[in-house]
Amino acid sequence: MFLRHAVWYYHAFLYSILRYHVTVRDALNQALDEELERDERVFLLGEEVAQYDGAYKVSRGLWKKYGDKRIIDTPITEMGFAGIAVGAAMAGLRPICEFMTFNFSMQAIDQVINSAAKTYYMSAGLQPVPIVFRGPNGASAGVAAQHSQCFAAWYGHCPGLKVVSPWSAEDAKGLLKSAIRDDNPVVFLENELMYGVPFEMSEEAQSKDFLLPIGKAKIERQGNHVTLVSHSRMVSLCLDAAAVLAKEGIECEVINMRTIRPLDAEAIETSVMKTNHLITVEGGWPQFGVGAEILARIMEGPAFNFLDAPAVRVTGVDIPMPYAKILEDNSIPQIKDIIFSVKKTLNV
Amino acid sequence: DRVLLTGVINISVPVRSVCVCLCFHVTGARVVVSARTYADFTPQATFDIKKCDLHKLEEGPPLQAVLTREEGLQYYRTMQTIRRMELKADQLYKQKIIRGFCHLYDGQEACAVGIETGINLSDHLITAYRAHGYTLTRGGTVREIMAELTGRRGGIAKGKGGSMHMYTKHFYGGNGIVGAQVPLGAGVALACKYLGNNEICVCLYGDGAANQGQIFETYNMASLWKLPCIFICENNKYGMGTSVERAAASTDYYKRGDFIPGLRLDGMDVLCVREATKFAAEHCRSGKGPILMELQTYRYHGHSMSDPGVSYRTREEIQEVRSKSDPISMLKDRMLSNNMASVEELKEIDVEVRKEIEDAAQFATTDPEPPLDDLCNHIFYNDPPMEVRGTNPWTKLKSVS
Repeated sequence: MFLRHAVWYYHAFLYSILRYHVTVRDALNQALDEELERDERVFLLGEEVAQYDGAYKVSRGLWKKYGDKRIIDTPITEMGFAGIAVGAAMAGLRPICEFMTFNFSMQAIDQVINSAAKTYYMSAGLQPVPIVFRGPNGASAGVAAQHSQCFAAWYGHCPGLKVVSPWSAEDAKGLLKSAIRDDNPVVFLENELMYGVPFEMSEEAQSKDFLLPIGKAKIERQGNHVTLVSHSRMVSLCLDAAAVLAKEGIECEVINMRTIRPLDAEAIETSVMKTNHLITVEGGWPQFGVGAEILARIMEGPAFNFLDAPAVRVTGVDIPMPYAKILEDNSIPQIKDIIFSVKKTLNV
Repeated sequence: DRVLLTGVINISVPVRSVCVCLCFHVTGARVVVSARTYADFTPQATFDIKKCDLHKLEEGPPLQAVLTREEGLQYYRTMQTIRRMELKADQLYKQKIIRGFCHLYDGQEACAVGIETGINLSDHLITAYRAHGYTLTRGGTVREIMAELTGRRGGIAKGKGGSMHMYTKHFYGGNGIVGAQVPLGAGVALACKYLGNNEICVCLYGDGAANQGQIFETYNMASLWKLPCIFICENNKYGMGTSVERAAASTDYYKRGDFIPGLRLDGMDVLCVREATKFAAEHCRSGKGPILMELQTYRYHGHSMSDPGVSYRTREEIQEVRSKSDPISMLKDRMLSNNMASVEELKEIDVEVRKEIEDAAQFATTDPEPPLDDLCNHIFYNDPPMEVRGTNPWTKLKSVS
């Protein structure tokens, strides 16, 4: 009898601790659920989104709640169903088109760029395309070269698209809701390795109208010595590196970009003008990447004169992703790489 | 034998012109003289139309079509407008007033006009880049179409789209990437079904696009989900410079939908196209899912203005189609031989059309180009104004929705 009470109290204690912690997956699920409920025109289509509950369980429970009309399982035909989603958006619906991973979006990229992104401009404002393309992006674990590419730079290159890359559960929820309510094509880059990570969710973030603005970065950690700019999973590594460096008296300012396009250059510039040092950290390849763009903008903008050292990029290694764990681990930035780059930049 | 001699006297009165014909019918030894007014025209007639080839259909469209005088005159006018508009575009292109790509539709007028008469303006339509005719039938004016071709601010897309990117209400272009418009069209149909508005989407593509993988992906989903979509293949026998025999293992495009029922019909006969479209629209609206139509048609021009159109086909072939199957001549002959209109009346329509085209061309060549501060507008819809990088870091341009 005593044991049974003890077990109950233990669970209640755990529950109260975990109550305000939400995984990224659940935050995305909440966002989808809330927006489906709010606007009848919103619907989700993609492979395994309905009866399988989502390949990564992001859409768990939605088909049961909303049915076949709003949650649609598609055949494995990306080009076709992405085009269908874009056409539906043109005709007045608000589709969410899921790519099982963004690697498969390459099959449909013509529809994303030529049919979705450019149409409002080509029609001089006659034809908007309110669509969200979402799914996991970038490296996972052990899935090798064809399933590990980061598309932030590819989509970030194109005018007419908004490209969002959330990190935390709050990011995921607030930004996905904003993306769905946005009247323009939004590419929403999630990260499979982040899906299971729990984050504290503020009271505010639990509201059904919690929105985060697209195009605004967030300062996750204040610091004076160096600015670390990152997006998605790499933000975690930057914070971990910052914690280690703090013990040596180096205070890093960590910026979570949240949005790739439009890029919040102002937030980065303001930070660089304070710290005088800049390092970008990304999982994608270096050439023509997100870091390359940030560095170019810093060169061209007011923050250049405040740099005490060249701005540098920490990126994935310029190779297709290998399979073996030791090789894979050494293909993407590790915490030690960030620490090393900070010390080189600060010349310590 | 009967010999019909017709003399025509045209009397113009302030409000309407009255055509007075003196007809001499010589039958045997009798001569009959009668005066004809508009009231003497046949108000409507029934025409036999060619049977459609059917695929997975028990029955097809009717074998006869009823045409009223009003309809006939309207179809004639619209087809003639498209014809003259395209010929004027040819002229302007050769004068270098139109630049870039220009894919002309002359020869195929019966398709655009016939389809539109089989559906409602509240239905939806999407096509590829040979789109000027459809822009007109879907509600665009000749003025704004021509001004778009010449890249002026009065163009239907304010000069920002050009020949391949024209839009009107429920008309989704004008699409430059071969085949990409087909999934888009099925998506529009999905929206129709989702919203329960009893509207359908007509989704056009050519014989060249018919081999695209995304079209087969679309057939699959449209059929699975019973989308109210009419797929229409405008088979003009050539995909750019490649004849259908050289491009397709099966040129029975109406069968290529496999599990989707299909019709093949004469795309040069506006009545054929109309009846088939009505049949197909009924099929979709009754919830049976998609249907496929193949319109056998012909383009007089080459693929585009950069293609003379004679390296892969003979001038004789083009001439033969012109003389034997021209869609406008076909309608004209039908109406004249059934006493539904007079030569004069049709000539008058020609004159009016010519004038409309001239006025439009005048507008299209004199309207100013878009203002430079429109350069960065229309990137995003419903967004606050934003800054766009110019060609160099010091140039910041403004963009509004």
